[in-house]
Amino acid sequence: MNVVICVKQIPDPAAPGELDPSTNNLKRDSKLIMDDSDSYGVEMGLQLAESSGGGEVTLVSMAPNNETSGLRTALAMGAAKAMLISDPALAGSDALSTSKVLAATIKKAQPDLIIAATESSDGYTGTTPVQLAELLGLPSVTFAKKISVEGNSIKVERQTEAGYDEVTCSLPAVVTVTAGVVEPRYPNFKGIMAAKSKPVEEFKVADLGLSADEVGNTGARQVVFEVVAAEARQAGEKIIDEGEAHKDVISFLEKLKLI
Amino acid sequence: MSISKIWVLAESADSKPTSITLELLTFARGLNATVEAVGFGDSSESIVSELGNYGASTFNVVTDVNDSLPGVPVASAIANAVNSGNGPDLLLIGATYDGRDIAARLSAKLNLPVLTNVTGLESSGDDLIAHHSIFGGTQIAKAKFTTDSTPQIFVIRAKTFGAEPAGGGAASVNQLTAGDLGATNGAKIIARHVEERTGPKLDEADIVVSGGRGLSDKANYSMIEELAKLLKGAPGASRAIVDAGWVPYAYQVGQTGKTVKPTVYLACGISGATQHLVGMKNAKNIIAINKDPEAPIFSVADLGIVGDTQKILPKLIEELKARA
Repeated sequence: MNVVICVKQIPDPAAPGELDPSTNNLKRDSKLIMDDSDSYGVEMGLQLAESSGGGEVTLVSMAPNNETSGLRTALAMGAAKAMLISDPALAGSDALSTSKVLAATIKKAQPDLIIAATESSDGYTGTTPVQLAELLGLPSVTFAKKISVEGNSIKVERQTEAGYDEVTCSLPAVVTVTAGVVEPRYPNFKGIMAAKSKPVEEFKVADLGLSADEVGNTGARQVVFEVVAAEARQAGEKIIDEGEAHKDVISFLEKLKLI
Repeated sequence: MSISKIWVLAESADSKPTSITLELLTFARGLNATVEAVGFGDSSESIVSELGNYGASTFNVVTDVNDSLPGVPVASAIANAVNSGNGPDLLLIGATYDGRDIAARLSAKLNLPVLTNVTGLESSGDDLIAHHSIFGGTQIAKAKFTTDSTPQIFVIRAKTFGAEPAGGGAASVNQLTAGDLGATNGAKIIARHVEERTGPKLDEADIVVSGGRGLSDKANYSMIEELAKLLKGAPGASRAIVDAGWVPYAYQVGQTGKTVKPTVYLACGISGATQHLVGMKNAKNIIAINKDPEAPIFSVADLGIVGDTQKILPKLIEELKARA
């Protein structure tokens, strides 16, 4: 079974984020890393490809400045190759434009299964995978906790408000994976070395049959026109526990008549 | 553009519309337009009377969802209505598991942009302006659509608006159909599993007790559950322990999880990464317990306790048990 995994390369979440003051787009010109949320999908994809008797795992990523450092992490985990779409025309793309780019790229790979995270850690719109499924004419199962392959379909445990649903889905399909559901492998030295020479095929917007006005800031058809400070919250009392601090919690709750 | 017809996605559980549905209806009523609900599944008397009570004149219900995951058939039925000129100018959808699927499918079907994770919505002239909480909730990005194409689609987080009944009569039912959907409709629910959970839902609870990495061990999360139970609240979690597999995603409070606005939020062993703060900083009161005196959570806490959760929580549980 051939699997495509969507990987987003994002600014290090530990570093404070910054907006470009002229466009209000998130600045993404520093070194980017693989979104942690994607490590679960990568692990899931590798496991499913292995358990279904082999098959190729291909990464697909759209990123500025031909960024590959995040892709190399996933290649080091075991993916075979990557497809990277990088083009200045893509700056400012919204979720729908991004899904158009990913759909056009993934069509070239003809996978049996496409895996993505439920949402990215930076933009977190959480709509791209399902928009992608619609553009490819495929079914989708979001919020997967567990996936198993059964012949020409998959069985998925999908998180719900009340618990989970067991869902069957015909292939090919798009599945989004929630965090924490598998333990992502750490790339070993051999994997890291091998990743350096694994193929990364690069694409421009024109290679995908898309026009420049379908993507980027023009294609987005939505704009962040202002950024204002939120109402600040003041810190209150801070005490150091010397064995009796639980009583402060009790009296705080008592004052609010909650106990 | 002016808005004359609004559809609110109506979801239900236990023969009642969900709280996010009622919140969105309450907001929609203030916009001086026809307000209708659109949904799937249950359209029984108790549902339509409650939808009407919160201001929906009609419940447009998609009748051929059957055992499909709802995203595809519901989006298709809405798209059919839009394409035949009977759709809304504005579509308000809750940021729920199925709501997000429906919004995303519809966006691609109609080639329309969508604004998600909305934490505030205001009218300004003919525009609707969406607020998005960014950088740990310290700033608000204001966004709007730059196209006149309709419907405008907004996906809104729980607790963005309050819910107030308007006292209207039951909504009338209008049936919509999705029709033949081909391969896209390949996802079918074969069984539903309800996990026993006592107490209120996380995003509706008056008290939320959340745990993070500072609990040191998965086993210690049981203290969070016990505390939540004693306080008749709901247990929550930081992203770190969801990522580590200690608790399921449904427990996660934060940017990529749930937004909560309880009377009291008790953060235990949570450092307060920006990712977490977005989801809870609008709680009325915040209590934080953390070993690290420099933890960012203390900058938003009304009561901050610098100390070890493993020492403090057992005493707190003991004290609450003694009072029960």
